[in-house]
Amino acid sequence: MISIWFFVGISLAVNGALILAAGIYQLVNPPVNPRVVLFHLHANVWWGAVLLVFGLIYCFKFAPGRQS
Amino acid sequence: MTPLLVTAVPTRLVHLSPIDIVIVVFYFALVLSIGWYLKGRANTGEDFFMAGREMTAWVAGLSFLSANLGALELMGWAGSAYQYGILATHWYWIGAIPAMLFLALVMMPFYYISKTHSVPGYLKLRFGESSCALSAVSFAFMTVLMSGVNMFAMAKVMQIVLGWDINFSIWVSSLTVAIYVALGGLRSAIFNEVLQFFLIWAGALLIPILGLYEAGGWTNLKLQIAQRASEEYVHLWSGLGSFTTNPMGIHWTGIVFGLAAVLSMGYWTTDFLVVQRILAAKDIRSAEMAPIIGAAFKMAVPFIVILPGLIGLAVLPVKLVPESLATITGGHSYNDVLPLMLARYCGPGLLGLGVTALIAGFMSGMAGNVSAFTTVWTYDIYRPFINSKGSDHHYVNMGRWTTIIGVLVSVGTAYLVMQFASIMDYVQALFSFFIAPLFGTVVLGMLWKRATGPGGFWGLLCGTLCSISMWTWVKLDPSALRYVALSPYAKGLAQDMYQALWSFIVCVVVTVSVSLATKPIPDNQLTGLVYGLTEIPAVGDVPLYQKPLFWAAVVTVVFFVLNIIFW
Repeated sequence: MISIWFFVGISLAVNGALILAAGIYQLVNPPVNPRVVLFHLHANVWWGAVLLVFGLIYCFKFAPGRQS
Repeated sequence: MTPLLVTAVPTRLVHLSPIDIVIVVFYFALVLSIGWYLKGRANTGEDFFMAGREMTAWVAGLSFLSANLGALELMGWAGSAYQYGILATHWYWIGAIPAMLFLALVMMPFYYISKTHSVPGYLKLRFGESSCALSAVSFAFMTVLMSGVNMFAMAKVMQIVLGWDINFSIWVSSLTVAIYVALGGLRSAIFNEVLQFFLIWAGALLIPILGLYEAGGWTNLKLQIAQRASEEYVHLWSGLGSFTTNPMGIHWTGIVFGLAAVLSMGYWTTDFLVVQRILAAKDIRSAEMAPIIGAAFKMAVPFIVILPGLIGLAVLPVKLVPESLATITGGHSYNDVLPLMLARYCGPGLLGLGVTALIAGFMSGMAGNVSAFTTVWTYDIYRPFINSKGSDHHYVNMGRWTTIIGVLVSVGTAYLVMQFASIMDYVQALFSFFIAPLFGTVVLGMLWKRATGPGGFWGLLCGTLCSISMWTWVKLDPSALRYVALSPYAKGLAQDMYQALWSFIVCVVVTVSVSLATKPIPDNQLTGLVYGLTEIPAVGDVPLYQKPLFWAAVVTVVFFVLNIIFW
């Protein structure tokens, strides 16, 4: 049976990739009047990257083929 | 982008971008995929209702916590933190941790050894069918109603926050839960709850991190709160010496004896919604470790719930007001603090994840209600009282249909609440009537072998009636709160604490009195059910760091340290 942690990994990796992509887009094309405070921290870039890395680790570690 | 997802009303708090919509849609697709994948693994009663009793401690523990971590819980307690300050943390620390550890070390061995399917099932083994029926019927009835009330409240939140149509929110979320629970049973509910646990943290954790950065750290945050509200807003215990020296209007005796000793014990140890997750553990060590793992994470939940409320108090440019005032003035209520903080810090993508966290919280709570209702209906009502000769396959089918019907009744309740808003208050109050006396009955049953069947039944009934009577008394005459809560200065939340305490005391006194007046149950019928007559199996020859007692001690130490730091 596929591990629950693999599904968790997929969820974190996909969400992380989408958020990172949105963050990079805003980094390259910054809005004139940012809606959020602390925009200069570009939270969606580093938070997306963190989620993506954790997600990929989970996907790799609990991949169906790697389980006994 | 589907047009259904952007049905708008003008008052929405946040606007989702296409990437946010993609994240929300992906979440729904994933939970349905998990349900579909697990449908072939829910063919027996043990699989469908108990997830095959093969969950690891981590899975059971995170699911145990996630079933409680609903969206209304997140938003409601963030609002309470804005309104009452750090005092709201008591519901996460002293109002949860001791009870979770008590469940792990004292009560769980009896639940687990007896191989019961449910808490009412334990009452049947210990006290007989009358106590079981009273508990099962009240639990099933209230669970499905509560699910409907929460569904309506969540749809209302989605309407206010995102501008979504209320019917759309109700039907999409409830049908999704119905499909994945009916397909995969408890295993599917647990898998999705673990997934939802991670999404809740991933979506909510950024708010306190960025909030603390904006406020200039914890010390500066405290100074700003003291200026905008009061210094008492950042102290857990120092203002509880009197009803008048803290924003909640409560005394420390209410917190310690009402909340910690009775109300939270009742909820965390006898509410089948959460206990069911632990019963699915694969062995006794996992069953004991699961609530301890849940307790460790529960201690951290104030970081994503209470802290955003406190940060909102310091940094939000608008002043939030009670719901009743917000409705009249068109302003923002306390309950809006979490969505407002989401909108403040989260750009495209992050906003979608934050909204997904709220939806995930709602769905995990609803799946918990539905799976618990299904088990109690099938095993504690349908099988003993309606059809006791069905096959295992028949009961699994009954479970699947009950899941669908339970969700539909919940939807009906949601629409009823839409028409008659006051029903919400009554249903929420009704649920609290049963918790405290049920704890009295179960804990006496486990720890006192002299407790008898009639004692258990009459204690449970009288405790529940006591709770209903006090609630009705205060409803008819609000000044009666001074007698129930022992002070003319007590406020609403204090009523819940003292009401629970009195109903527990009445339950215990009646159970003991009736038991002593009735014929004892022979010891040989109580083996495996009562302390002193049951050999508790050892957790095995494992290293110290794998023993539940060791981790319970670690959690206890951290619990005390946190309370002292924020005293």
